Amino acid sequence: MFGQANVLAAGQAAFPPTVDDFYLPSILPWNDHDSIWFTKITAMVWIAVGVLIIFFLATYRNPQLVPTKKQWFAESIYGFVRNNIAVDMIGHAGVRFAPYFTTLFCFVLLTNAFAIIPFFQISPNSHIAFPAILAIISYVLFNYIGIKKHGFVKYFKNSLIPPAPWYILPLLIPIELFSTFIVRPFSLAVRLFANMFAGHMLLLVFTLGGFAMLSANAWLAPVSVLSWVMTIALTFLEFLVICLQAYVFTVLTASYVQGALADEH
Amino acid sequence: MLFLAAEGGESTHNPIIPLWQEIVVGSVAFAVLCFVLMKFVFPRMEQTFQARVDAIEGGIKRAEAAQAEANQLLEQYRAQLAEARTDAAKIRDDARADAEGIRQDILAKAREESDRVIQAGKDQLAAERATIVRELRAEVGTIAVDLASKIVGESLADEARRKGTVDRFLSGLESTGAR
Repeated sequence: MFGQANVLAAGQAAFPPTVDDFYLPSILPWNDHDSIWFTKITAMVWIAVGVLIIFFLATYRNPQLVPTKKQWFAESIYGFVRNNIAVDMIGHAGVRFAPYFTTLFCFVLLTNAFAIIPFFQISPNSHIAFPAILAIISYVLFNYIGIKKHGFVKYFKNSLIPPAPWYILPLLIPIELFSTFIVRPFSLAVRLFANMFAGHMLLLVFTLGGFAMLSANAWLAPVSVLSWVMTIALTFLEFLVICLQAYVFTVLTASYVQGALADEH
Repeated sequence: MLFLAAEGGESTHNPIIPLWQEIVVGSVAFAVLCFVLMKFVFPRMEQTFQARVDAIEGGIKRAEAAQAEANQLLEQYRAQLAEARTDAAKIRDDARADAEGIRQDILAKAREESDRVIQAGKDQLAAERATIVRELRAEVGTIAVDLASKIVGESLADEARRKGTVDRFLSGLESTGAR
């Protein structure tokens, strides 16, 4: 972080930014590129977890029937996911998934938000490990729910055999198998990862590009300023992407659970 | 510094391959988050929502019950009031009737009493008069005989004649008195 700032100030920033810019050296031991256990990324994950736990426990330590402002805020987050995602997608049975969906939504939203919060400025979700964990949980969740509800055979029959004429089934069954049981976890993980990765890359390009032009030729200073203004504009875009991707991840998980619970294909 | 390190050759990282250390850290961290929030926070929120629904519905129900009870009490009081009014009117009528009856009784008794007193007086008077008349008659007879004896100078010996004379006289006296 500070190394980066020094680099920027010295005008020595490497341009264009590369994938390696996403892999920061570890904090403990300091500046070690091979140790990954305690990096800025993992620290941010722990911070996100800590902040969410403290926020919810503090606001919900002593719940009142008539809520205080903080309690109301915490309740509206839960109420939003519960009513607008879980119940809307799954119906009344979705209420029992609302706690997980809310946890998922809050975690993704906050870790995404680190992408534009000053001094954090990179999202842990730009490392595929974290979206992958969440996608695997969603994958296991919807398959488990489906098998538990319908039984193993009926669940796979429901999922794999669409109501279509028999002669088209040999074509449809592999497609269903591929899309439901193979592509889903990857698409979930990669969608989130790629959005956060691209967002960070975009901000890097415009920020570092400004410095690169400034150090190359003083006459390019106005263009550098334009580049930085673009950075600000893109930060707003990034904010939109952050919220949208958190929402999309949760909604898709809910949709998969709904599909697993549905009686018909 | 770090950029210089990466500048050398090929990128050392593949962004699509997850780092297993990060998977471990992320799993543990997310598990902790899930455990705390799903065990201690969201079930309580669900309870609070339920309590709120109960409170609102219960409040409405209680208000309705109270309203119904109030209405019933009002009806009851009205009925009681009407009953009390009827009773009061009846009691007043009874009292009036009683008073009239008592008055009549007293009047009748008084009249009876007065009649009795008058009758007793009359009877007594009549009795006394009869006594007096009897005594007078005897006395007047004696006196008259004595007087006549004195005047005539001899005794009117004949009892039967004497009695008839006196009686005749007295009858004449009475008829003159009565006239």
